[in-house]
Amino acid sequence: MQQLLSTTLTGLTLGMVYAAFALALVLIWRSTRIVNFAQAPMAMVTTLVALQVIDAGAPYWVGFLVALVSGLVLGAVVERVLVRPVEGKAEINAVILTLGLFIVLHAVAGLVFGNDYQSFPAPFGLSGFRVGDLNVALTGFGIFTIVIVLVVMAALAALFRFTDLGLRMRAAAFNPEVSRLLGVPVGRMLTIGWALAAVVGSLAGLLIAGGSLVYPSYMDSVVVFGFVAAVLGGLDSPVGAVVGGLLLGLALSYVSGYLGAQLVTLASLVILMLVLTLRPGGLFSSASARRV
Amino acid sequence: MPHAPAFAMNGVTVRFGGITALDAVDLEVPRGRVLGVIGPNGAGKTTLFNVACGFVTPAEGSVRRDGQPLTGLKPHHLPRHRMARTLQGLGLFERVSVLENVMVGADRTATSGFLSSLLALPRSAADERRLRERALTTLDELGIADYADRVPGSLPYAIRKRVALARALVGEPELLLLDEPASGLSDEEMESLGDLILACRERMSVMLVEHHMDLVMRVCDSIVVLDFGRVIAHGTPDEVREDPAVLAAYLGDEVDRTAAEVPR
Repeated sequence: MQQLLSTTLTGLTLGMVYAAFALALVLIWRSTRIVNFAQAPMAMVTTLVALQVIDAGAPYWVGFLVALVSGLVLGAVVERVLVRPVEGKAEINAVILTLGLFIVLHAVAGLVFGNDYQSFPAPFGLSGFRVGDLNVALTGFGIFTIVIVLVVMAALAALFRFTDLGLRMRAAAFNPEVSRLLGVPVGRMLTIGWALAAVVGSLAGLLIAGGSLVYPSYMDSVVVFGFVAAVLGGLDSPVGAVVGGLLLGLALSYVSGYLGAQLVTLASLVILMLVLTLRPGGLFSSASARRV
Repeated sequence: MPHAPAFAMNGVTVRFGGITALDAVDLEVPRGRVLGVIGPNGAGKTTLFNVACGFVTPAEGSVRRDGQPLTGLKPHHLPRHRMARTLQGLGLFERVSVLENVMVGADRTATSGFLSSLLALPRSAADERRLRERALTTLDELGIADYADRVPGSLPYAIRKRVALARALVGEPELLLLDEPASGLSDEEMESLGDLILACRERMSVMLVEHHMDLVMRVCDSIVVLDFGRVIAHGTPDEVREDPAVLAAYLGDEVDRTAAEVPR
């Protein structure tokens, strides 16, 4: 009972982070048909920027805000300067570009911030509660993680569903040519999409970093988990990404708790293979046209 | 320039590689009039429309709107110039409701930038309400308000064509470009489309590409006939009907084919 509860709660918390990361991937995939492999190092850079600010004496929340804002700027700049020239070209160009960006950001972060392990503070306690005899493996930071990811998701859903900007972003993603005719500045919509995705990615970076160690490759395993979560949900569906993230978080937590922590990465790849083999469109794909 | 036409092309030439798709095309759409563009398949009608809406930049010649040259016209400038275009393929957003489809087109004054859109949500909410009302009014005018909450994919073709038209009209354009608005419509539906186009003339000028001669002859004030990228005739429907060059290039083709079929 104790272990089941602990692994479930840990899985839920981790799943929220994967969900956020997957959501960032899905936001970019939907609008530009690009898998942004550089999502993790972009988040890493913003987290390290935040750490500089915090180390300089600023409160945690200032650092938090700085990370999100620098994510916004970084996402916009990456789209406008690097991605724009390869948009609408062969898919492989964008894949190589984001992989290249992955490596470049790693190297630059190493040069600027150093390759050492540095500890990143957490705004809330990192120990669980006790309810009677039961240890509840839900930390203050864990609760914060769940709440902030839910808030961000609700905000994004509201943006896309209820605002004019969201409608135009959806229109631009569905059919850029027609959207242009209707006066939608499609290029700007894509920039905003990348910027928002990078903010969500930065948030995932901050949540992974909280109370733990950061270094240029601390986000790299999340690339795999976030990608698996996004594929699980179908890459095209924001809701799918969130559910996929939660399912993956729970599954990996059970694997880690009952089978051994060393099997986690293996398990995530097995899940990826199973999904791609059995339901290549993701768990939530309706039976769609099949390419023969 | 008080009497400048709503839209004019002068010497517009477009080349794709070695092929000349449009060769020194001149045309005018006077204010409040309907200009029809006809011609056999491959005559350059679609290219002409693509020049008019900025998808294609002509190699030579100029495009003018109310006498002002539209240099460097891009598709997303259309609403700014009070122009709207419908597409042959409709191009509706399939997974978005009919109302929202029309709302995207309603956003002529969408100048709110990145930060203002993100930060000034209350103002956006007011904008949003206004857009929604304008879109609903337009749907109502076209008699399809009942379908506002449906997605286009679930609707009959004639209704979807009306949605596409509503999306073009909702921005209150002064120049409407209609690309084969009658294709796929029944005679009855074509009849009411004709009424609609004639009613539009009070508020805007119209340029239309169309194959259905009945409709073209009924609604157009003047007609331009294209063949192999050149204007081979222009005039009123009656003048064009009688023009020997048109009969040879366009209708004559049909006559030959019918004649060839008779012996069987």
